[in-house]
Amino acid sequence: MTRFIRQRKKNKVIPGFALSMGITLAMLSCIVLIPLLSVILSLSGTTFAEFLATITDKQVLVAYRVSFQCSLIAALINCFFGVLLAWILVRYRFPGRRILDGFIELPFALPTSVAGIALTTLYSDSGWIGRIFAHIGIKISYTLIGITIALIFIGIPFVVRSVQPVLEKLDRQYEEAAMILGASQSKTFFKVVFPEILPAMLTGFGLAFARGLGEYGSVVFIAGNIPYKTQITPLIIISKLEQFNYDGATSIALTMIIFSFVILFSLNILQARVNKVTKV
Amino acid sequence: MKKPDVKSFKTGLLLGLTLILSMLVFSGCGASQTSSTPQEGTDDAVQAKAPVEITNVSYDPTRELYVAYNEIFQAHWKKETGQDVTIVQSHGGSGSQARSVLEGNEADVVTLALAPDVSSLEAAGLIEPGWLNEFDKNSSPYTSTIVFLVRKDNPKDLNDWDDIVKPGIEIITPNPKTSGGAQWNFLAAWAFAKNLYQGDETKTQQFLADLYANVTVLDSGARGSTTTFVENKQGDVLLAWENEAYLSLKEHPGEYEIVTPSISILAQPSVAVVDEVAKSRGTEEVAKAYLSYLYSDEAQRLVGKNFYRPSNPTILKEFASTFNLTLPLVTIDDDFGGWPAAKAKFFADGAIFDQIYKQ
Repeated sequence: MTRFIRQRKKNKVIPGFALSMGITLAMLSCIVLIPLLSVILSLSGTTFAEFLATITDKQVLVAYRVSFQCSLIAALINCFFGVLLAWILVRYRFPGRRILDGFIELPFALPTSVAGIALTTLYSDSGWIGRIFAHIGIKISYTLIGITIALIFIGIPFVVRSVQPVLEKLDRQYEEAAMILGASQSKTFFKVVFPEILPAMLTGFGLAFARGLGEYGSVVFIAGNIPYKTQITPLIIISKLEQFNYDGATSIALTMIIFSFVILFSLNILQARVNKVTKV
Repeated sequence: MKKPDVKSFKTGLLLGLTLILSMLVFSGCGASQTSSTPQEGTDDAVQAKAPVEITNVSYDPTRELYVAYNEIFQAHWKKETGQDVTIVQSHGGSGSQARSVLEGNEADVVTLALAPDVSSLEAAGLIEPGWLNEFDKNSSPYTSTIVFLVRKDNPKDLNDWDDIVKPGIEIITPNPKTSGGAQWNFLAAWAFAKNLYQGDETKTQQFLADLYANVTVLDSGARGSTTTFVENKQGDVLLAWENEAYLSLKEHPGEYEIVTPSISILAQPSVAVVDEVAKSRGTEEVAKAYLSYLYSDEAQRLVGKNFYRPSNPTILKEFASTFNLTLPLVTIDDDFGGWPAAKAKFFADGAIFDQIYKQ
C-alpha cells in the first residue's frame, strides 16, 4: 500500500504527464511509427515465398555481409578513436580546443554525398592520402576499406558526443585515489575510468553501427558498387526502386530494419546489464 | 482509484493530438496563403494573359540545355501570346525523377532519359496512352549516343568495343540497374558483340561478361561515373553519353579525347506532357507548346550547340563537324524489340545483366 501511494505521488510530480505523453505519442506516430508500419503494409502484395526469394538472393546476401562487416568495423574503430577524442577534449586544455570541439558535429551537418565525394577524391590512388597507400599496394577508394572509412567519418560524432558528457562529470578524485592506492596508470584507466564510460560508449557504438547500416549518400561514391564485391544493401534497395520493384525494395528494407532492431535491442539490454554492474 | 487517472490521461492525450493536428492545419494554411499571393502588375492584363508557371522534370545532363532553351521559349511564347511564362527546372537521375512525379511532384512536362521512365507514369494514369506519338520522332526532339572518353592521346589505343574487353583495361560505366541511362551503354556493347558473333547469344553474353569484368567502378549514376573518371582519374575508358563526353572535353580542354566505336546505339530521350497535372493546373496549352517548340529550327540548333543530336536531319547536317554522322546506330525498336522486351531480357532481376555477374 505504501508503495502504491509513493508511485501515485511520483506520477503527480511530473507535471502534465498525460499531455506530454499525448504529444509524444502523436509525434512519434506521425514521424516514426506510421512510416515504419507502412513499410510492412506495402508488402501485402508479396507472397512469403517471393519475400524469401528476394531476401536470400546471393547478391543480396553478399550485400548484407558488406554492410554489416563495414559498419561493425567502422563502429569498433569509432569506439577507440571516439573515446580518445572525447578524452583529449575533456581532459586537456590546448589552443584550438573549442574549434576542434565544434568540428565534431561537422559530419552531421555536411550533406553526406559531399563527404563521400571529398573522401573518394582524397583516398583514390591519385588523391593526397590514397597516393601514399597506393605506393605500398593498398587501394582504399572503391574497396571495402573505402566504405569503412566513409562509415567512420559518418559515425564518429555519435561516440564522441555520447562519451564526452560522462567524462566531464567523472570526478577526478577517483583516479587520484586509485593512484594513491598504488594502481598503475593502465589499471586506473581500465578499472576506474573505463567502467564509467562503457555504457556511454556502447550507446555511441550502437548509434554509429545503426547509422552505418543505413548510410547511402556517402558510401555510393567511395564504394566501387561492384555486385558480389562492394555493393551495400541500401544500393540494392535503390536499384530495385529504380526498376519500380517496390515490393523487392521493401522486402530488403524490412529485413534490414529487423536486423538493426535486434542488434540495437540486444545492445540496450547489454548496456542495462553493464550499468547495473558498475552501479553495484 | 485508478479511474480519474485514466480519464485525465485520456484528456491529455486528446489535447496533445489536437495540438498536433491544429499545428498541421495552421502550417497548411500558411503554405497555401503564400502560394496564392496576388501577383503585382497584372491587374490591367486580360485574364488569359496572367503569367503562367510550368515545371519541367528532367534528368541530370540536360541542365545546361534547358537553361538555354527556357530563355528562347519564354521569348517565343511572349511573342505568340503576350503571356509571361516561368519554367521551374528539376534535375536528377531519370528513374528517381520519374518516381518523384509518380509520388506527387507536380510536373507539367517530363523530359527523361528513356521511354520506360515515361511509360511508368502512363501506367500510373498520369500520362494518357499514345504519348510516344504525340510529338515527332517518337517524342524524342533530340538524341544522343554512347561513345568512349579516353585520356589524351589514347595511351591504351582503345578504338572499338573489342579493344576495351581485353584483360587489364579498366572501364568506368554506371550500373544499368540504378541508372536508366547506363542501359544504353550495355545495349550498345551488346549490339556490337551480336554483330561480331553473327547473332550467337552465348558468345555475346560472354563478351558482355568480359566487358563488365573490366569495370572497376560501377557508379550508381552517369554523373558519378564522369566524376570517377575525370576528377578521380580512375580507369582507362569511360563509356559515356556523347553530350556528357563533349561537356567533359569542354571543361578539361586537352586532357581527354572522344573515340567513336564502329557501332553504337541511338539513345532517344523522351518528352511528354503530364496530362493529369497539366489539366488540373490549366497549363495544357503552354506545356504542349513548350515541348513542340523543341522541334523548331531555333531550338534544334540550340540542341546541337549543347552536344545533343538534333532530330531534324537538315539541322543535324549543320553539325557534321561536331558529330560523327557516319557512325552506324542501332535502335531500341528495330534491334531489341522495344523497351519492354529489352528490360525483361536484360535488366529485370535475374535477367542477363544479373547472370553475367553470377558467372
